[in-house]
Amino acid sequence: MTARSVRSLSGALKPLFSNRCPGITSCFLQVYGAASCNQRQKSTYTPPPARYGGRHTVTLIPGDGIGPELGNHVRELFRFCCVPVDFEVVNVDSSVASEDDINNAIMAIRRNGVALKGNIETNHNLPPSYKSRNNLLRTTLDLYANVMHCQSLPGVRTRHRNIDIMIIRENTEGEYSSLEHENVPGVVECLKIITKTKSLRIADYAFRTARAKGRRRVTAVHKANIMKLGDGLFLECCKEVASGYPEITFDSMIVDNTTMQLVSRPQQFDLMVMPNLYGNVVSNVCAGLVGGPGLVPGANYGEDYAVFETGTRNTGKSIANRNTANPTAMLLASCLLLDHLKLHAYASMIRRAILSTVSETRLHTADLGGQGSTSEVVQSIMNAVQSTGPQTLSI
Amino acid sequence: MYTHTHTFKEMQTVTLIPGDGIGPEISSAVMKIFETAKAPIRWEERNVTAIKGPGGRWMIPPDAKESMDKSKIGLKGPLKTPIAAGHPSMNLLLRKTFDLYANVRPCISIEGYKTPYTDVNLVTIRENTEGEYSGIEHVIVDGVVQSIKLITEDASRRIAEYAFEYARNNQRNSVTAVHKANIMRMSDGLFLRKCREVAENYKDIKFTEMYLDTVCLNMVQDPTQFDVLVMPNLYGDILSDLCAGLIGGLGVTPSGNIGANGVAIFESVHGTAPDIAGLDLANPTALLLSAVMMLRHMGLHDYGNKIQTACFDTIRDKKVLTKDLGGNSKCSEFTADICRRIQDLD
Repeated sequence: MTARSVRSLSGALKPLFSNRCPGITSCFLQVYGAASCNQRQKSTYTPPPARYGGRHTVTLIPGDGIGPELGNHVRELFRFCCVPVDFEVVNVDSSVASEDDINNAIMAIRRNGVALKGNIETNHNLPPSYKSRNNLLRTTLDLYANVMHCQSLPGVRTRHRNIDIMIIRENTEGEYSSLEHENVPGVVECLKIITKTKSLRIADYAFRTARAKGRRRVTAVHKANIMKLGDGLFLECCKEVASGYPEITFDSMIVDNTTMQLVSRPQQFDLMVMPNLYGNVVSNVCAGLVGGPGLVPGANYGEDYAVFETGTRNTGKSIANRNTANPTAMLLASCLLLDHLKLHAYASMIRRAILSTVSETRLHTADLGGQGSTSEVVQSIMNAVQSTGPQTLSI
Repeated sequence: MYTHTHTFKEMQTVTLIPGDGIGPEISSAVMKIFETAKAPIRWEERNVTAIKGPGGRWMIPPDAKESMDKSKIGLKGPLKTPIAAGHPSMNLLLRKTFDLYANVRPCISIEGYKTPYTDVNLVTIRENTEGEYSGIEHVIVDGVVQSIKLITEDASRRIAEYAFEYARNNQRNSVTAVHKANIMRMSDGLFLRKCREVAENYKDIKFTEMYLDTVCLNMVQDPTQFDVLVMPNLYGDILSDLCAGLIGGLGVTPSGNIGANGVAIFESVHGTAPDIAGLDLANPTALLLSAVMMLRHMGLHDYGNKIQTACFDTIRDKKVLTKDLGGNSKCSEFTADICRRIQDLD
């Protein structure tokens, strides 16, 4: 349905319905109005409309490992803070070969528009017909931008201070195209696809974000000296987009030099944009530099959908169900979700509480070198929220 | 893996390729130090500039190839990569000529050259012939480019075998295969399978597998948990430079390339630094440590240890350091200090 035809259709239907069910008509118009808005305005995303009584519905995919327990903590915290969000839980069983579960999850995300997810384990000893569920989700929903903001947190001791790097990683193509074949027994080819449209799209997203967040410098990370055509195309697209943003300095750096610079002087980087695999490496290096996988949230944005998760996408199988996982990353991801739903007041309130808890060393979980438990951290966050004033459920 | 055993005083010939920029001065520094240490090495200097052979194919000069084939061991300084010269980079030519399939970089924290990371002691072994750097790329339609990552059974088995042999010969406890088989199931899956097969023959060495992102994440938090890492080309490129960054950069990192037929070329991996060439300001540490690696490869451990100790002592002492290490001494002064320490050690 094109935007114009939708609007004319809803216009035609309005007199029919308006007498009987005014509420439904406005809902109907809002739903399709939002969709048509998407098609015209590429730069701003309109979140899905609130359903009944101003409450949002968000898909929650618990995943494996520490995912389920962290998802529960998010729900607990949201309920405590009276956040107007209801979670629709969709379980994805990673041990079955059928893709029904992940397809259900994708359908739920299409329905709700937003999701919070834990990592779904991929057994890499299974044959190639079993695709990574996480990758399937990202590519089907075309969540083309993975955004990770790594910043040094007060109270977390790391080797480097004052890090503030935003990483924007192309999320759907590159080395993750899952196109492989064995031409001759013992010779395998794996295709890395770089397209102009997707490279322009991610570069555009990066520069728009840089402008919106007041970032002064964008660095493209590549390996165009070796992969001249592939990464060369990516670099060309970045340069093309950069010319439209004269106030932002654009430079490029080869990926191996980038990692070397990151471990010696990470403060030199501002915003970085890169294809899929380098994004994987660089985001993990940066997450390690600011304190580890338990602290950094990640967001995957597409044209129509957004999925939030921990930045480094770990299942944490070895620490599952032991109450030792660090909930900070998942809780900060839920704050990003609230920001996306334009519930900024709730987001700031919870984020403030989380950051004040992280700065307390005695509550640090094992990954930060402490002995605190997950529930203690969540409890402390809830206390911090309560002490700031707004109405909460009694503990 | 071929180690050379010699009678104690027998002179061994090594092909020396000084290189460009600061190459000649750091090479002469290394030669001077070796002379002081009385190492049984005879240097045969050769130049490698690409020449067009019969049939129009680019190749290295025949006298260089002849020397390498005879001596089997080479030490190389930095070579400049000409842009738009019409021929591939010299490093690539050397790699193809001698089938240098393994790139080995031991990254050990240098006491006295402080970085935020201490106690780093790991070795990255990178497959150097195929993988993402196969150079096979096509423009399918305008705006769609495909790069091919090639993984073969033979190359994977060869590098895995080298990694385990290296671990055994150098008293390392574990080998970790770095991969991304969750996404690249067939290619990295093949690589992993070969590593597992080879691990069966080396039960004394612990074998683990780890995802590339997990390795990166853990490497910057606690590099002491890693020992020997073996991986395909691209991951190896990134990780070996990451590890070099941990210990202080390319100016202090040694590197060795192992080829088929017993050929081994050890090199410094930094650039030619044309801005300081000929000014006696260069730091010969990287080339010197690569030469030490070479001595160990040849079985001359005593000489290697002596020279390495002298070098580390000079750096720890901090009195005579080159500019990049934080001092303001000349290359010749740095070299002289190392020579003095070697004489004292005797």
